[in-house]
Amino acid sequence: MSLIKQDDRITVDTFLEGIWRENPVFVMMLGMCPVLAVTNSAINALAMGLATAFVLVASSLLVSLFRNLIPSEVRIATYIVIISTFVTIVDYTMQALSQEVYNALGAFIQLIVVNCIILGRAEACASRNKPLKSMVNAAGMGLGFTLALLCLGVVREILGSGSLFGLPLFSEQFQPWVVMVLPPGGFLVLGGWLLFFEWLKTRKQYA
Amino acid sequence: MSKKHIVLHTAPHVKKPQDVPTIMRNVVYALLPIVAFAVYQFGISVLALVIVTTLACLGTERFFNWMGNKPSSLSDWSSTISGILLALTLPPGFPLWMAAVAGIAGIAIGKAVFGGIGYNVFNPALVGRAFVQAAFPVAITTWTPAFFTGRFSEFVPSSLTAPFMMPPETAEWVKQVAVDGFTGATPLSLHKFQHISTAPFDLYTGMVAGSAGETSALLILVCGLYLVIRKMMNWQIPAWIFVGVVATSGVLYLINPEKFADPVFMLFSGGLMLGAMFMASDMVGSPLTPKGVMIYGLLIGFLTVLIRQFGSLSEGIMYAILLGNAMTPLIDTWTQPRLFGARRKSA
Repeated sequence: MSLIKQDDRITVDTFLEGIWRENPVFVMMLGMCPVLAVTNSAINALAMGLATAFVLVASSLLVSLFRNLIPSEVRIATYIVIISTFVTIVDYTMQALSQEVYNALGAFIQLIVVNCIILGRAEACASRNKPLKSMVNAAGMGLGFTLALLCLGVVREILGSGSLFGLPLFSEQFQPWVVMVLPPGGFLVLGGWLLFFEWLKTRKQYA
Repeated sequence: MSKKHIVLHTAPHVKKPQDVPTIMRNVVYALLPIVAFAVYQFGISVLALVIVTTLACLGTERFFNWMGNKPSSLSDWSSTISGILLALTLPPGFPLWMAAVAGIAGIAIGKAVFGGIGYNVFNPALVGRAFVQAAFPVAITTWTPAFFTGRFSEFVPSSLTAPFMMPPETAEWVKQVAVDGFTGATPLSLHKFQHISTAPFDLYTGMVAGSAGETSALLILVCGLYLVIRKMMNWQIPAWIFVGVVATSGVLYLINPEKFADPVFMLFSGGLMLGAMFMASDMVGSPLTPKGVMIYGLLIGFLTVLIRQFGSLSEGIMYAILLGNAMTPLIDTWTQPRLFGARRKSA
């Protein structure tokens, strides 16, 4: 347990941290598996992002409520049980809402259980902070993750299929870039975004 | 009162300035005849293709210079080479906007992300081509006939496709302009899919369809020879690739002459000459030691034949060279010469 007393105040930064300064995808490079695998269209990216965000917020709340009851020797196992409860809820809800999106996301919904962003939040934030603060922080992280997935999904769908959220943007003569909906496209677009953000950062430093 | 100056100088006594821009400029000189022949063969479409890819490569190089706050590196000619080589590997009627995408992707993913000239693991021109091969698989295997009438006054219809749009069907147009029953196939795909072989003489001189600059094996050999004579290229690399190709295809040909092509055809068809002479011999992506060069060349030759005969594509030199580039650091580690006086490893 950390000896430093955590600051209990909830600031704007508690929320914004996950979106920009510590964005789970573009800064911490966590959860790369869903980032690369299910961002071939904007809808898939959005569904995956929201599913993860929900599990993140709900499990942060529960972990934070029970933070003084969980013995530290078995904390990881306990977190996993809590997380998998919510993943099951998301899994069934997604199936009920849209079979199509559920099929597109495949195993990656169930794999949210082992998503390191969620476990990382539980370990680093929820187990040391009060419920409300953990939830605000988790909501920011979840939103940051969703936005990052959308950044990839939008680019890949526009170039790879010529549409956005399933709506065609160009005439029928559009030439799809096949590579963009395939796995290499995920790596290329992720690399492009990382380059862009890194460039923004260094430019600010030198300016 | 004149006084004779005697300049005293320690070694090395280098007479010729052999820096990067000089060598690269000479490579451009060596490529120009090939470009000229391609333009003569396929017309202004190829000229536009060369200009577009070169501008795309130079523009991307400059953009990444600007992004990284570095001085311009355009004057070392390396991006010019990448642009010209890239155009030579593309089909003559390749849409110009896709060619620009290839140039941008080649320099961006193949060169700039590694840190620019001297640090690139792969040949930038081939990375660009591999990218468009993956992105636009139909357009990059659509061939147009050589020596069609009016090639100096009109473009191939697919060349001028609007950006992001699909190229139009060229089958009708090909029927109009082609002199004699052109099927839109290169010698390699003719052999692979229809079992028709092309006369070797046509392959030497380039009287066949194919990518813009790969058709004339003889011309490429002569241009490569210029660089070899000026000691600006390691002649052992293409030589070992040829050995690898002849050996592998020779064994296959002996096993089953019906199914597999003969070594001479293998050697002179497709992009093998261009790839072996100008791309595999890229100084950055090839091994340094003589033994390493041998392994590298044989590997590329072997892989080329393997992909051509057993893969789903009719041409394999591009992926063979890229794989060879990827192996280069490993090959260099394996083949480090023993230092003089160092103890031999006990076997």
